[in-house]
Amino acid sequence: MRELRIHGRGGQGSVTAAELIAVAAFEGGVFAQAFPAFGVERRGAPVQAFVRFDNKKIRKRSQVYEPDYIIVQDSTLIKDVNVFHGVKKGGIVIVNTEKKPDYQVPEGVKLIIIDATSIALKVLGLPITNTTLMGAFAAASGEIEFAALEKALRHRFPGDLAVKNIAAAKTAFDTVKGAA
Amino acid sequence: MMEITEGSHAVAEAVRLCRPQVVSAYPITPQTHIVEALADFVANGMLDAEYITVENELSALSACVGASAAGSRAYSATTSQGLMLMAEVVFNASGMRLPIVMSIANRAMGAPLSIWNDMQDSISLRDAGWLHFYAEDNQEATDLHFLAYKVAEDPAVQLPAFVCFDGFILSHTYEPVDMLTQADVDKYLPKFNPSEKLDASDPMSFGMYATPEYYLEFRYEMDQALKRAKGVIAKAGKEFGSLFGRDYSALIETYRLEDAETAIVAMGSVCGTVKDAIDEMRAEGMKVGLLRIRVFRPFPAEEIVKGLSHVKRIAVLDKNVSLGSRGGATAIEVRDAMYGSTIPVKGYILGLGGRDIRKKDIKEIVTLCERGIGDQFYGLRRELI
Repeated sequence: MRELRIHGRGGQGSVTAAELIAVAAFEGGVFAQAFPAFGVERRGAPVQAFVRFDNKKIRKRSQVYEPDYIIVQDSTLIKDVNVFHGVKKGGIVIVNTEKKPDYQVPEGVKLIIIDATSIALKVLGLPITNTTLMGAFAAASGEIEFAALEKALRHRFPGDLAVKNIAAAKTAFDTVKGAA
Repeated sequence: MMEITEGSHAVAEAVRLCRPQVVSAYPITPQTHIVEALADFVANGMLDAEYITVENELSALSACVGASAAGSRAYSATTSQGLMLMAEVVFNASGMRLPIVMSIANRAMGAPLSIWNDMQDSISLRDAGWLHFYAEDNQEATDLHFLAYKVAEDPAVQLPAFVCFDGFILSHTYEPVDMLTQADVDKYLPKFNPSEKLDASDPMSFGMYATPEYYLEFRYEMDQALKRAKGVIAKAGKEFGSLFGRDYSALIETYRLEDAETAIVAMGSVCGTVKDAIDEMRAEGMKVGLLRIRVFRPFPAEEIVKGLSHVKRIAVLDKNVSLGSRGGATAIEVRDAMYGSTIPVKGYILGLGGRDIRKKDIKEIVTLCERGIGDQFYGLRRELI
């Protein structure tokens, strides 16, 4: 079983990202489970959402403490929340930032930084980074195919909004693939 | 067909397929997504039902009582404080023998306010004369609605049913669910056709005055009906299994229990985590198994005694507490069922108000039980007391 933990702030779409990643994984024939860290939703407050992937039915219901993957939607969280807590050796951390990192991920963990906010502003016209980071996650983890992600986005968003979100995700996907 | 969806939406879809004629509910976290989806179905013409919007839960269940007494299949959903506001009508619905089905997205009781999961809400209405079903995952949360209507409306039962699933932990989780089609459900669930109903051309009364000469017998009949429900569940659950491949004929489920020395007894979504913990403990040579209670009312006392007769000790997990007693409702009832046996039954109250339950907690409880320590709250933060 592989586990993903998404850190964001209320309003950034972390829960939606978790759901859509699970939908895309299921599309690829994987058993997936997505759920939020049942907080009281407030805009700007730190939130978490989780995804599990497995080749068999997932029974575990506790929260994710030792993730294989971490997505940080807002790098300002790093000084407030121990976002890297428990990440497995060999794991991947994706951080949305335009800055050079002044923090360290645990040893043996791969850090991918991507300026998802700039991509989202350019493509969507909004600083909402969840779909952009889903593209980065697809490229970095290989857990979901981009085509499945595209299908999930098309299913969730109407017409032009789907097209824009797919474009944002694709830009991030290509950026991460290009850097690899 | 397998699809991946949110638990609440899977439940709403199951309810739609049951063709309720009247839906009345008041939104409350974490039940809200269910009734939002049903309101959409009615508005979009996907569900031919009367959706009665009301000012609170007391009215919601009252509307269902009227609808059910008039011969309509009625549905509601709630949780926590909402269920407690309904409480008066909860007893009326069963006393009037109305087979309403109500989803409970289990949540803790205030005060202090908690929107998070435990089972104190539905368990507190244990004695209301409703059937109590508890789901482990979203597949069951979905399927148990079909079973609930089938059993509740059976002439041998004629009692309402709670279908309980853990708030947030199941209601807000996306996972794959095998959803039945309308043709499937129509084949399984016949139209609601009660032997008695309100009819202006043939007037009768429901829930009338019962003097001391009559009341005791009303309660006896309800008790008998709830006990008869065991046989009805066995038949309806088996039929579900033969049609759709998932057999719900048993009131309990066992997991690696055959040669277990320590048995865990639990209900609801925690059982998934328990099964994973059992696999790990088994790999370390510990003989641990699970007995999961899927139907709490009628209570499967005989099944529990039979399932646990060979074990050395029993650890009962409760996401509820009967304050001022020896523990949670499940532990008390399992101990009662096991009366006369020398097998020790230890209760553990945990996960209240949404406190996360991990595999390591299950392992620690098994260790405590082996040492004879139990009948206590588990995981207390001593620095707060």
